[in-house]
Amino acid sequence: MSKTLFDKVWDSHVVRKIEDGPDVFFIDRHFIHEVTSPVAFVGLKSRGIGVMYPEKTFATADHNTPTWNQHLPVADPLSANQLEALATNAAKYGISHWGLGHRNNGIVHIVGPENGITLPGSTIVCGDSHTSTHGAFGAIAFGIGTSEVEMVLSTQCIMQPKPKKMRINVNGKLGFGVTPKDVALYIISKQTTSGATGYFVEYAGDVFEDMTMEGRMTVCNLSIEMGARGGMIAPDEKTFEYIKGRKHTPKGADWDKAMEYWQTLYTEEGAEFDAEFTYDAADIEPMITYGTNPGMGMGVTQSIPKAEDVEGGVETYKKSLGYMKFNEGDDMIGKKVDYVFLGSCTNGRIEDFRAFCSIIKGRKKADNITAWLVPGSHKVVDQIKEEGLDKILEEAGFVLREPGCSACLAMNDDKVPAGKLAVSTSNRNFEGRQGPGSRTLLASPLVAAATAIEGVVTDPRTILEDSSVQ
Amino acid sequence: MAYDKFEVLTSTAYPLPIENVDTDQIIPARFLKATERKGFGDNFFRDWRYDSEGNPIADFPLNDPKYAGSKILVGGKNFGSGSSREHAAWSVYDFGLRCVISSFFADIFRNNCLNIGVLPVQVSPEFAQKLFDAIEADPKTEIKVDLPNQTVILLATGESESFDINGYKKSNMLNGFDDIDYLQNMKEEIASFGETRPF
Repeated sequence: MSKTLFDKVWDSHVVRKIEDGPDVFFIDRHFIHEVTSPVAFVGLKSRGIGVMYPEKTFATADHNTPTWNQHLPVADPLSANQLEALATNAAKYGISHWGLGHRNNGIVHIVGPENGITLPGSTIVCGDSHTSTHGAFGAIAFGIGTSEVEMVLSTQCIMQPKPKKMRINVNGKLGFGVTPKDVALYIISKQTTSGATGYFVEYAGDVFEDMTMEGRMTVCNLSIEMGARGGMIAPDEKTFEYIKGRKHTPKGADWDKAMEYWQTLYTEEGAEFDAEFTYDAADIEPMITYGTNPGMGMGVTQSIPKAEDVEGGVETYKKSLGYMKFNEGDDMIGKKVDYVFLGSCTNGRIEDFRAFCSIIKGRKKADNITAWLVPGSHKVVDQIKEEGLDKILEEAGFVLREPGCSACLAMNDDKVPAGKLAVSTSNRNFEGRQGPGSRTLLASPLVAAATAIEGVVTDPRTILEDSSVQ
Repeated sequence: MAYDKFEVLTSTAYPLPIENVDTDQIIPARFLKATERKGFGDNFFRDWRYDSEGNPIADFPLNDPKYAGSKILVGGKNFGSGSSREHAAWSVYDFGLRCVISSFFADIFRNNCLNIGVLPVQVSPEFAQKLFDAIEADPKTEIKVDLPNQTVILLATGESESFDINGYKKSNMLNGFDDIDYLQNMKEEIASFGETRPF
């Protein structure tokens, strides 16, 4: 029987099948961070068990870390305590640890691929729902809870029923000013925030084949926002080119052997999916959300749908618009914005900073905008400097911050104040996500940049002079 | 972590008929800074339970004395979407709940609940509506969740519906076991499998 990419990777990692139960599923790479791991280590200690494969586990500090003055001690004692716990636990169990100040430190889903830890055909978990990012490389990658973190530390396995399979095809060429983030927000707006629950998604079609690895990571990253366990894209020459020569990537004969395997990772003709959807690239425009979940999105030039035109409960819909202080039928273009956030595991990569700079170059930041520009890792910072993007940012009145998750979930000091409106390149617009009472519009780096320049929600196509940023 | 066995639970319930309740509402990110698993019940639905000055919001069901002490929460469709934070499930448990009923759950939240001894019971949208209606008509209405027979029963009317749970997870819940207990017994098999992995 023909197999899908997902079948090939999943089936090769099943240690044992339990009748009327989950599969015992082997994990090749486990990322841990300071927020969801401490209780797992307490569990190990209380059970009197150790870490089975410390060399398959990688620790980085990101969720809590400040994005300013990282050389100073962390001021918040609770954050400092979690960071300290991560360092202590990593040292105790022999796990590599990229703490604050380490050259390799950054957001877990950005530093994994950068260092060649993320490989095609592998299985990757982390106590963070955006672990789905790593599916861009043809890996099965998904977020887990802390009990499962403890499980993986102690046995390198988790117990999971095999999810159903969905394929999402997007064919054609993306229009001017339309980015991978827009593709993802478009798909989520069609699927709703729960449409892919219970499924693992494979993305296929010209649009993903043409996309850079950075763009693929953005798309796979957002799979969880339609409820999917994860998303993946078959590895190709672009994938192999990206990972070759990175710190943890196989070398020499090991590379050749790995390549033989990686080239078998694709969905065979005739393989079956439990659900399949096909979209046309020409229908996608720059997107923006208007509500309190990522499924509540639309083209930036459109107006907010009427309650009776949307699926789901009317009361819930009205509650959401009430929180956002928006009305049915409102245009989003022209709404006054207070904050712009560029960063997160969704859009904190070099390509996102290039896109942002393509808009702001030679222009000035609007006075009413507070902008937080947060690279995903030190390597991204280095690239920004090498390419001279830091100068463009500076001349336009922006300041580059230090790497971390930052205002995406506002566990550090980067909190949008109550009532303020932010255009964010991050992944969630839930109530209070970026600080209690904050209001978030999700968008691409291009929309964020255009908004930062104009001070109001702006269609980047009205600013872009040519299509060279594509 | 071992937890109390779950067999049959009969209790009144908190109604929360809102769709797409995400884990950022169940436990906001700023309360995830503990390094031990305790105290999360205080911040369960923090920003919906309290205003910005920290005063309880009277008409929010979790603050309403007529539901106090319930062990069950009946939530809207797509309950627990968003983050993988198990803290959300801990806060459910720590608040005193042992069961969440909804017409649809987000995957990771459901797994997290099962892993810590909170039973997620998925019912049809029609049955969920019956539960909301019954609770609205009488806040003291009792719901019986029978795990051995996989049924949820509205005691006032005797109406019931069966629910799915895989046999392995059911057995764990009934015995108060967790997956790590199971996996510890197959370490050798896992180690042999690990030998075969290329990287």
